[in-house]
Amino acid sequence: MNNEGYQKYYVPDQSPWPLVGAIALFFIALGAGFYVIDMSKDQSGWGGYILLLGIAILFVMLYGWFKNVVDESMSGLYSAQMDRSFKQGMSWFIVSEIMFFAALIGALLYARFIAVPWLGGASNNEMTGAILWPNFEAVWPLLTTPGGTETQAMGWGLPLINTMILITSSITLHFAHTAIEQNKRGQLTGMLLVTLILGVIFLGLQGYEYILAYRDLGLRLDSGIYGNTFFILTGFHGMHVLLGALILFFVLLRVLKGHFTAEKHFAFQAGAWYWHFVDVVWVIVFCLVYVF
Amino acid sequence: MSTVTTADHHDAHHDHKPTGIKRWLFTTNHKDIGSLYLLFALAMFFLGGAMAMVIRLELFQPGMQFVEPQFFNQMTTMHGLIMVFGAVMPAFTGLANWMIPMMIGAPDMALPRMNNWSFWILPFAFLILIISMFLPGGGPDFGWTFYAPLSTTYSNDSTALFVFAIHIMGISSIMGAINVIVTIVNMRAPGMTWMKLPLFVWTWLITAFLLIMVMPVLAGLVTMVLTDKYFATSFFDAAGGGDPVLFQHIFWFFGHPEVYIMILPAFGIISAIVPTFARKKLFGYASMVYATASIAILSFLVWAHHMFTTGMPVYATLFFMYTTMLIAVPTGVKVFNWVATMWRGAMTFEVPMMFALAFIVLFTIGGLSGVMLAIAPVDFQYHDTYFVVAHFHYVLVSGAVFSLVAAAYYWLPKWTGHMYDEKLGQLHFWCSVISVNLLFFPMHFVGLAGMPRRIPDYALQFADFNAFISVGGFLFGLSQLIFVWVLVKCIRGGEKAPAKPWEGAEGLEWEVPSPAPYHTFDTPPQVK
Repeated sequence: MNNEGYQKYYVPDQSPWPLVGAIALFFIALGAGFYVIDMSKDQSGWGGYILLLGIAILFVMLYGWFKNVVDESMSGLYSAQMDRSFKQGMSWFIVSEIMFFAALIGALLYARFIAVPWLGGASNNEMTGAILWPNFEAVWPLLTTPGGTETQAMGWGLPLINTMILITSSITLHFAHTAIEQNKRGQLTGMLLVTLILGVIFLGLQGYEYILAYRDLGLRLDSGIYGNTFFILTGFHGMHVLLGALILFFVLLRVLKGHFTAEKHFAFQAGAWYWHFVDVVWVIVFCLVYVF
Repeated sequence: MSTVTTADHHDAHHDHKPTGIKRWLFTTNHKDIGSLYLLFALAMFFLGGAMAMVIRLELFQPGMQFVEPQFFNQMTTMHGLIMVFGAVMPAFTGLANWMIPMMIGAPDMALPRMNNWSFWILPFAFLILIISMFLPGGGPDFGWTFYAPLSTTYSNDSTALFVFAIHIMGISSIMGAINVIVTIVNMRAPGMTWMKLPLFVWTWLITAFLLIMVMPVLAGLVTMVLTDKYFATSFFDAAGGGDPVLFQHIFWFFGHPEVYIMILPAFGIISAIVPTFARKKLFGYASMVYATASIAILSFLVWAHHMFTTGMPVYATLFFMYTTMLIAVPTGVKVFNWVATMWRGAMTFEVPMMFALAFIVLFTIGGLSGVMLAIAPVDFQYHDTYFVVAHFHYVLVSGAVFSLVAAAYYWLPKWTGHMYDEKLGQLHFWCSVISVNLLFFPMHFVGLAGMPRRIPDYALQFADFNAFISVGGFLFGLSQLIFVWVLVKCIRGGEKAPAKPWEGAEGLEWEVPSPAPYHTFDTPPQVK
């Protein structure tokens, strides 16, 4: 690369949004902290209100910040190099998300293949089993904990339908991607919409499954390591589907406003990458939590 | 049309520095954000240091003198958290902000607004942590490692605030790391090929990768602590089928790369300073790059050496013992290369070089006690004693902190446009290097003799050494006030610094005037 034909890297002027975002995170963390503390002591406090205030400020910040970025992008300030910065930044963000799920999946695998067998006396822990919990049976799914809490296992019929739905949504999103690259706006809008609807159905079924778990199966957050890993993995995955759906929703709004070209559509691409990532995580979660 | 006007508008304001408080609150400038990070880190260094002084005051004599045991535990916990997440890591991020764009010929960091966000959430995170200390029952008191069940079953009410504060610190680190990687990968000046990058840039690139890999693991871990404590899950509770040992595995999977996050950029700094004052090229540049990468890869394979006494199958103990010892190889390569760089160099001994030399000697002592700790059978004796405290303070204080101080002296002329006071700097160096050894060296002896860490009282036979250690601690704390004096003097005035104040220095940062203009390398330089 030489200096000829070099487009200046856009360094934005001062912006209030990062500071607003910092204040938002401060209120969210402080509010959530006090809310949880009060909840654990069965007393009411103002933590919840601070939390809501923080979330409200966060949305104001997201709106203002993204509005700036979209305006700058639409007025052509972003060079190809800038576009690469955004793409690389998004990729590394997804790497960090993968590691977050890796920690949770690691906890599941450790519990299943090490902690529970050891509690049952495997390896050199014969005495643990014999003295502490002589009646404990080390099986997975762990339906009776050493402490005696009982639950029922979640079947994989409904999650299988959900898996199909999410995989289909990844395929429709891919069609939307090819559409944007060939400038077929109609197909783009349609496929994006279908993807979003599938995502919402997924979330609905997931919510239904949680109701089933609590109401019919007695599978709750406090029903031992099987329920813990089930809820933490599907729960955080569900939150990521929600976030991905929100991103795609705003991408859809921008598509309807006529934004994006066949060459430059970073926001779409970022949303699509995120969606595919969430999809892959689901397939792993489906296999480890439900099937095997 | 609008494109042109906006661009013109931007150009018009080009070298015009915004003024007032808004400059710092709303900034997108990598130099401003770097300064903010560095000043924040300095403030936290003194806050965490004050807590260390409380610890040393209590341990000055055997018996309980000044503070309650529970408050003592809060001091050790907060000292660790503040020094790791508030002082050392932000200080390195500050240096990255200031120096990386100038070293690679970039106009700024790749994502300037996000850069400002990464900084400004940090003070708020520490505000939450400090607020938690004033809750009924006190703040976090389970050690910075917050082992379950200390942090779950037995912790006080404030744990939720601790968890969310850690979440924000993690977000800050991840965003900072993303910015560093993207800047280095995407914004190098034409001709700045990979193997021409200054080592500080290389080490930071690898550090940023480690941050992105392990900070989310910490986030997952504190989330499980939160649900275990407040939502009746049992990830770390055997009665529910979980295991407290699982906590330790996840924590140290984060924790071990974390300690390299705090030392790899230090290697980069030393690799910049030693060649400058030896007036020779760095010996073995390529091997330095490969050694850094090897250390980073190995850091993912050694975590359970923190858990030898926790218990694990013998083959696992052996695996982690051998991989840990392997780390001595690339680290040895680095120390060898620094020494070889100085061999027959035309050396001078300005303050940055003095701190760099102290780093090489003292960090090596810390590294060698690390090899001792890696030997599983003897670790059963050393574990959780002051020998461990001595080990990690040698690598973190006379290692990471000394490298940060060296970096500050080295680049102060570039940042402020003034030379620092050499006499005061030398005074600061000698006071620091003598007191740091008074402080930490005897800890090896009391540790080997069996004095446990994190306990506010001790057996009588450790009394003499502890009095000695405490005096060293107070002296080290006071010596750092000289540093503040030097900084204030240098920022306010002093001898004008030329663009390249160090005869042997190399790199793009020395080709811009001192102080560095508000915007540098708007158009990338050509690197030959």
